[in-house]
Amino acid sequence: MTVTSRLVLIAFALALGCGVAALAAAPGNPTPVKESGGIWTDKDGAPTFNIAKDGSVDWGTFVGFLRYNDACLRCHGPDGAGSSYAPDLTQALKGIDYAQFIAFVAGGIQAVNTAQQLVMPSFATDKNVMCFIQEIYAYLRARATGGLGRGRPPKHAPAPKGFDEASYKCLGIQM
Amino acid sequence: MRLRESWVAFAALGALAGAVIAAPTANAQNAMPSLQQAAANTGNWAIPALNYASTRYSTLDQINASNAGQLQVAWTFSTGVLRGHEGQPLVIGDVMYLVTPFPNTVYALDLNNNERIIWQYTPTQNPEVIPVMCCDTVNRGVAYGDGKIILHQADNTVVALDAQTGKVDWSTPLGSYKVGATGTDAPLVVGDKVFAGVSGGEFGVNGFIAALSLADGHIIWKANSEGPDSMIKFDPNTTTSLGKVVGADSSLKTWKGDQWKIGGGDTWGWYSYDPKLNLLYYGSGNPSTWNPVQRPGDNKWSMTIFARDADTGVAKWVYQMTPHDQWDYDGINEMILADLTINGQQVPVLVHFDRNGLAYVLNRATGALIAANKYDSDVNWTTGVDMDPSSPNYGRPSVVAQYAPGSRGANVNYQGICPAALGSKDEQPAAFDPQTGLFYVPTNHVCMDYEPYPVAYTAGQPYVGATLSMFPGPGGYMGRFIAFDPVTGKTVWAINDQFSDWGGALTTAGGVVFYGTLKGYLRAVDAKTGKILYNFKTPSGIIGNVMTYMHGGKQYIAVLSGVGGWAGIGLAAGLTDPHAGLGAVGGYAALKNYTALGGQLTVFALPGS
Repeated sequence: MTVTSRLVLIAFALALGCGVAALAAAPGNPTPVKESGGIWTDKDGAPTFNIAKDGSVDWGTFVGFLRYNDACLRCHGPDGAGSSYAPDLTQALKGIDYAQFIAFVAGGIQAVNTAQQLVMPSFATDKNVMCFIQEIYAYLRARATGGLGRGRPPKHAPAPKGFDEASYKCLGIQM
Repeated sequence: MRLRESWVAFAALGALAGAVIAAPTANAQNAMPSLQQAAANTGNWAIPALNYASTRYSTLDQINASNAGQLQVAWTFSTGVLRGHEGQPLVIGDVMYLVTPFPNTVYALDLNNNERIIWQYTPTQNPEVIPVMCCDTVNRGVAYGDGKIILHQADNTVVALDAQTGKVDWSTPLGSYKVGATGTDAPLVVGDKVFAGVSGGEFGVNGFIAALSLADGHIIWKANSEGPDSMIKFDPNTTTSLGKVVGADSSLKTWKGDQWKIGGGDTWGWYSYDPKLNLLYYGSGNPSTWNPVQRPGDNKWSMTIFARDADTGVAKWVYQMTPHDQWDYDGINEMILADLTINGQQVPVLVHFDRNGLAYVLNRATGALIAANKYDSDVNWTTGVDMDPSSPNYGRPSVVAQYAPGSRGANVNYQGICPAALGSKDEQPAAFDPQTGLFYVPTNHVCMDYEPYPVAYTAGQPYVGATLSMFPGPGGYMGRFIAFDPVTGKTVWAINDQFSDWGGALTTAGGVVFYGTLKGYLRAVDAKTGKILYNFKTPSGIIGNVMTYMHGGKQYIAVLSGVGGWAGIGLAAGLTDPHAGLGAVGGYAALKNYTALGGQLTVFALPGS
């Protein structure tokens, strides 16, 4: 995945975030079809996971695990397993597809009433999330539908060439 | 569109909620006492930590080690809110005051009239503040002074309410939640001032403590944790650290460029005060980000104990416990002021059980370091603090590189670090009992793997940059409630609990210590032996602090239940042990199999009238 295509994705997410809530759709067949820049996609072009027989996960899914912990863990708990007030994503992700996932992440969700005060913010401007939205989705999809267990994936594919540079450029930081 | 509709609905609700619902009351006629008068009455609980020394030691002794086993539930009260309930109620005379997590409803309950609600106040706050509160929408309690109840709202506004009517007297915003600066702490009232800090270390908020006028809410002084001397109220010629003058730019010199501006060091914990020295004590939290490689230097004055002149705000002395934090060991835990006999001499000390697993003892007048002992022997990131005054590393912890994220760069997984980021103890306050000379400390016994990586800063968005996997410490349990001597480092007794002990302790002249567990048990324990005398399961997990009061000649014990906070995030679904070996199904028990959400106050007393 090039830097440009990551940035295009952010613009796409920003636009989508204003619309919110498409029809509820299951994520479809997760079978990986194509790989680009360490990220696998399914037949519909949505990011997916590729777990080898020995349990080794693809690079994108592994990065998704890392970046999930940056912005998502403090509400959704370790390994997407939910907390005392935020949903268990290993269940929630069974019922929404990639477009809807991006819409929720970029647009946020509010359920504030007399019984609960649940708010997910918009992450549309958060590069730590949006630069890695495909990877985070692939990771959570693997947790929800791919049998990926809890904790750090024990083994993973190596980073594709130029991954760090592309990441830092997208994040806008110099290392 | 959907979003917009929910906003309109919220605005309508807000208009309703902003109003005070007050009923006429029989005991509203009497003039309210000053804080000094209220605190002098041993039947009251007038200060969040009971007293300025934050000992949480009550002289009430009706409930004692021989009769604590007969305790019964006297009355209960549902707060109407389901999120994590930290903190404790206040009791002033015949009225109990308590605050809920967001939306921060404050209740005044009439103890003379079956706890009827005298008034309740719910501020109007934008729900956008909810997701910028790291680790749940907690609030650690209201404060009292001169007939006013002081509330630090989630949206970082400090409000004074008339204690008799609940009407807003004044309201002062301390900064914008839009950049992630929020309010969770219990303010402290001293004389004509109210002290309050700020939360937001996971959003790069530069911490500060503010002194507000109790009379009208205007900000008298404000002192940041990081920045130029004028901003942090350091006098380069008089402010000391470990007996040495810190000199000019002591904070700026320890940061790369202007990283200090988004450097954290937040002040979301507890405040103590020594009236004789006129010094205010508190700690600062983690430097932002959690990726230490991205912020070289000692990152002063994050992770620091501050002693400030209460009138001017100028720092008298400071001590940075964890320079260049690599673990998220915030230094905000309570500062307990005690007079201990050390080597035959009485010394005015400050005792602080830090997240980093060390119990610090300092001379609170001078800031001299007396002791720094591990209060959990499994703490492994450090071999201890250099106690040799002639050493160039005097006062610094000796860091074990293997367990120090960043020591081999970012994008490396550092494994088996104890304690985990939530610390050997988090904000849950310990108590000091002058009768036994021991400190009663609720602790976490959790370890972690920690992988830091580069992150970008966006105002109002999480600024973290690390992946954590937490797992129970050696022995397989996650909580220890201990009786500890910080001078000798000796643990006198310990109760191991399955989950972290996240509720604050109370100790009493009756020789009974109280605390609550994450499963929801309120426990009475023999202060001398650690024997559990009473164990009652309240409706939800306890992360609140036990308090006591006297009313109508009877001693009561009260605690808020309501699982949540960091404990609710980390433990709800249970922890797994990444080192259990390939194929280990295991996984540790999930807290959600033991307790569900629910905000409730449970009050206990001995049987009979």
